[in-house]
Amino acid sequence: MRARRSSVVWWLVFALGLLYFFLPLYATLDFSLKAKPFLAAYSNAVGDPGFFSSLLYSLTIGVITIVASLVLIVPTAYWVQLRVPRARTAVEFVTLLPFVVPAVVLVFGLIRVYSRAPLPLTHTDLGGSALLVFGYVVLSLPYMYRAVDTGLRSIDIRSLTEAAQSMGAGWPTILLRIILPNVRVALLSGAFLTLAIVLGEFTIASFLARPAFGPYLNLLSQSKAYEPAAVSLISFALTWLAMIAIAVVGRGTRVRVQIGGAR
Amino acid sequence: MTTVVERAVPPVRRARRGSWSWLGLVPFFLFAFLFIVAPVIYLVGGSFQNNAGETTLQNYADLATPTVATAFLTSIEISLVTAIAGGVFGFLLAYAVILGGLPRVLRDALMTFSGVASNFAGVPLALAFIFTVGQLGLLTVWLKTLGIQAYPPNFIYTKTGLELVYLYFQFPLMVLIIAPAIDGLRPEWREAAENMGASSAQYWRSVALPILFPTILGTMILLFGNSFGAQATAYQLTAGTLPIVPVIIGAQISGDVLHNPGLGYAMAMGMVIVMAVAITVYTILQRRAERWRRR
Repeated sequence: MRARRSSVVWWLVFALGLLYFFLPLYATLDFSLKAKPFLAAYSNAVGDPGFFSSLLYSLTIGVITIVASLVLIVPTAYWVQLRVPRARTAVEFVTLLPFVVPAVVLVFGLIRVYSRAPLPLTHTDLGGSALLVFGYVVLSLPYMYRAVDTGLRSIDIRSLTEAAQSMGAGWPTILLRIILPNVRVALLSGAFLTLAIVLGEFTIASFLARPAFGPYLNLLSQSKAYEPAAVSLISFALTWLAMIAIAVVGRGTRVRVQIGGAR
Repeated sequence: MTTVVERAVPPVRRARRGSWSWLGLVPFFLFAFLFIVAPVIYLVGGSFQNNAGETTLQNYADLATPTVATAFLTSIEISLVTAIAGGVFGFLLAYAVILGGLPRVLRDALMTFSGVASNFAGVPLALAFIFTVGQLGLLTVWLKTLGIQAYPPNFIYTKTGLELVYLYFQFPLMVLIIAPAIDGLRPEWREAAENMGASSAQYWRSVALPILFPTILGTMILLFGNSFGAQATAYQLTAGTLPIVPVIIGAQISGDVLHNPGLGYAMAMGMVIVMAVAITVYTILQRRAERWRRR
């Protein structure tokens, strides 16, 4: 009897969570459907040239960020585990810094440092986009490093490395053809999380005046009524897709990164 | 001669003691210096300078001026409220699906939701809540047709409104972090307690909660930092009308609203210090919590 009564309480807690989670999404859907004719908010939103150009821009930046982040982190995590375990604490400390320096403070410093000589990155479009990528790589450090490090710990990198070396493989071959395939799941989870975060990011992109998806939605919400609701739902669906991708690639493993943090 | 002999030794073993191995970490530390440390150093330097470029501590003293102090207090209050409320509710939800006798499928669903919701923040989240509890929001209109006015019309743009929105990414984060800890409670502990005649309440008070406490407290502190650093959601929602620290710093980036660049840098430093304290305490508590998880 006691167990059944308490189970009712837990059902209620769950129902409350469900309501809080879905009500805003339902309200957004409801609002987006108020535009006449049916689905006009969606066709207008998708028909706006800014929608695809900003989405494409953010996707491109996201992919470049993922590659840059992996190029930086995989060799570092590998090297720490194989050769300089003493550096682990220092490296882990650095990967936690993005938690200590919030995005708004980070972009504040980045703008001040890189808007003058010797590296006036903010003065050109390409430089600004490069700075955006660097900022996003910084944001990705905590969970990317954790994912890669966990992935590397689950395989015997020392034996793999020695086996590859004894067959004459060089460092690039070892990293690309031996280590990378073995930590694929960790890398993919980290990559999808990065994509979800970059697609929704607003602070850094907006202060660097980049034509990204977050600033686009902010701008749209100042001039239109129903379209922002449609684009918000699309943005939510993209986050959801990224999380499903993480769940799918991570099936049957213990590697699960899904915490990117708030904005 | 010796060099020749050394070269024959496989590199993996030879270099293990050599300090040259550290060179492999140069790209990583260089990147961290250029894009984390250097920007922060710049802000630190600026925070110790006045408008005339002289070294001063005045900017830190100015953090006590009413506008700035209020901003910090408001930010801290919002973060505390959402960390505690999000922490408690997240814990209850995780408990419900893990130990509350709910079907397993709900647990998997909750974990997926939580992954999505904890990363669904910023502009679209703020908009979703405007569509829900804003002046023309769905819930507002529903309640109005029932003749209920549960909250003031501009509620969503106030501090309480912002707290309600922040909870959307706060409690899922709690769920994600606390679930493995609840999972880690070994059935033997409960059996042992029951064998000695402990009631369920006694088991929770004397065994489970003390074990989970470092994780619960640590995660709440993490939630505090999570909310304290968030800028986009508040900016989109209040358009700067609710002065909290990240929003003022944002305004300071675009155009010196404080009329004192040094004070802006000092505010940024204040934010970094609060975050650093939060993360340090979190790390310490997390380490304590891990003692129970080694099997």
